[in-house]
Amino acid sequence: MQATSHAARTADLCLVGGGLVGLAVGLGLQRNGLKVTILDEGDIALRASRGNFGLVWVQGKGDTLPDYATVTRLSARLWPQLAQRLQDGTGIDIELQQRGGLYLSLSEQELSAREAMLLKMQHQAGGEYPFQRLDLKQVREFIPQAGPEVTGATWCPEDGHLNPLRLLRALTELFLRQGGQIRNSGRVSRITPLTTGFRLATPEGDWHCDKVVLSAGLGNRDLAPQVGLSAPLVPNRGQVLITERVQPFLHYPTGHVRQTGESTVQIGDSKEDVGFDSGTTTEVMAQIAARATRMFPLLRDLRMVRAWGALRIMTPDGYPIYQASSQYPGAYLVTCHSGVTLGALHEGPIANWIATDTNTLPLEAFHARRFES
Amino acid sequence: MPGASKFERLAYASNDWIQVTVEGQPVQVRPGDSAAAALLAAGQPAARTSAVSGDPRAPYCLMGICFECLLEIDGVPNVQGCMVQVADGMNIRRQQGAPVLNDSLAEGVPA
Repeated sequence: MQATSHAARTADLCLVGGGLVGLAVGLGLQRNGLKVTILDEGDIALRASRGNFGLVWVQGKGDTLPDYATVTRLSARLWPQLAQRLQDGTGIDIELQQRGGLYLSLSEQELSAREAMLLKMQHQAGGEYPFQRLDLKQVREFIPQAGPEVTGATWCPEDGHLNPLRLLRALTELFLRQGGQIRNSGRVSRITPLTTGFRLATPEGDWHCDKVVLSAGLGNRDLAPQVGLSAPLVPNRGQVLITERVQPFLHYPTGHVRQTGESTVQIGDSKEDVGFDSGTTTEVMAQIAARATRMFPLLRDLRMVRAWGALRIMTPDGYPIYQASSQYPGAYLVTCHSGVTLGALHEGPIANWIATDTNTLPLEAFHARRFES
Repeated sequence: MPGASKFERLAYASNDWIQVTVEGQPVQVRPGDSAAAALLAAGQPAARTSAVSGDPRAPYCLMGICFECLLEIDGVPNVQGCMVQVADGMNIRRQQGAPVLNDSLAEGVPA
């Protein structure tokens, strides 16, 4: 019995963390022929993948790091292909829609600042960065229900959204169907680099693997130093509201409000530094509801049916860390805030990089050494 | 269709009855019944049709959690029927899919 279970606890590669990041990387590693096991903490984990907003968002991302804009746009371009693969492999429609998105502004100052930021990004991209500043009249061509307090918006045709819970389910199902193992093993308490490979201690016993990928969100903070990496991550709370269902009226996602494929309206984009508290507060819920009703006054008549808080996984500059351990070859860190937007990047080029140790990405920009000094 | 219900009333101390309408049909119910219970008493278990698939849905949890018993009550759409007590003359209709969200402000109706 001992021998049997010990033999079962080996894998070519273990991913620590079975959220959107770990599952997307896992699928890409399977595509590269690896036998992959995901060790997942279980439902006591913080679970950012169950609380996010669902935007596949391009505009404004990477204004201070052009390489981030590049990989974000690459991921957005790869998304339709991945969505199709998930649909074909599982029958699950993740409701991906990439017809463009709007970021509404309630003041002239904010709108001008956004335009200036996007102009700078357009310049950095050699002119190839599609966006448009819209006034209220133009906004209403996209969303007739925009309220009179809206001064305008920035529009980017590369923006979109999807259903993040369906995505999580589809990734999980395809990973399992392709022979992947997901162990709700409890928290990985210790990773020990061996002469070849790694030993991972979990409450259900030790796992052995040739390679290990850290995709544990905020849990990477404690794990990364054990394999010669660094993950200076902090939580940032977002609160989200869901309204009753109404006939589709919002046909494009916005930075603060979107209508889901099931006809509810989702309201979000609060940002709070409150440590590891993923709860909700009346004050913040009222704030985001008030802002949403200024943008779309007709929301005033809607009832809220659900609310939750979730913790974003933030590095000091907000950008991802994609890094291989030089001290312990075979260990990798993949951590980011935008697990939805970057999902297709993770399944594609990031997984290929981990599987083959060669890559075409500007990975130097995502090394954690940028936080040293 | 009063009387066609598969639900049987338990013995009840009071003898009070009030009348509501379910999909236009008069139905006798007890004060304190929920609107969802009135629907079941009327023998019309389908409370709504799904906003996604159009399939009929019936009251399920009867305690405010599942949102399967959404009704249009006295003209107000998407009301959880299990959370509302009946009142004399209440007009209860099925919730057909998702309601259209009208901009009451744009139409000059006070919010």
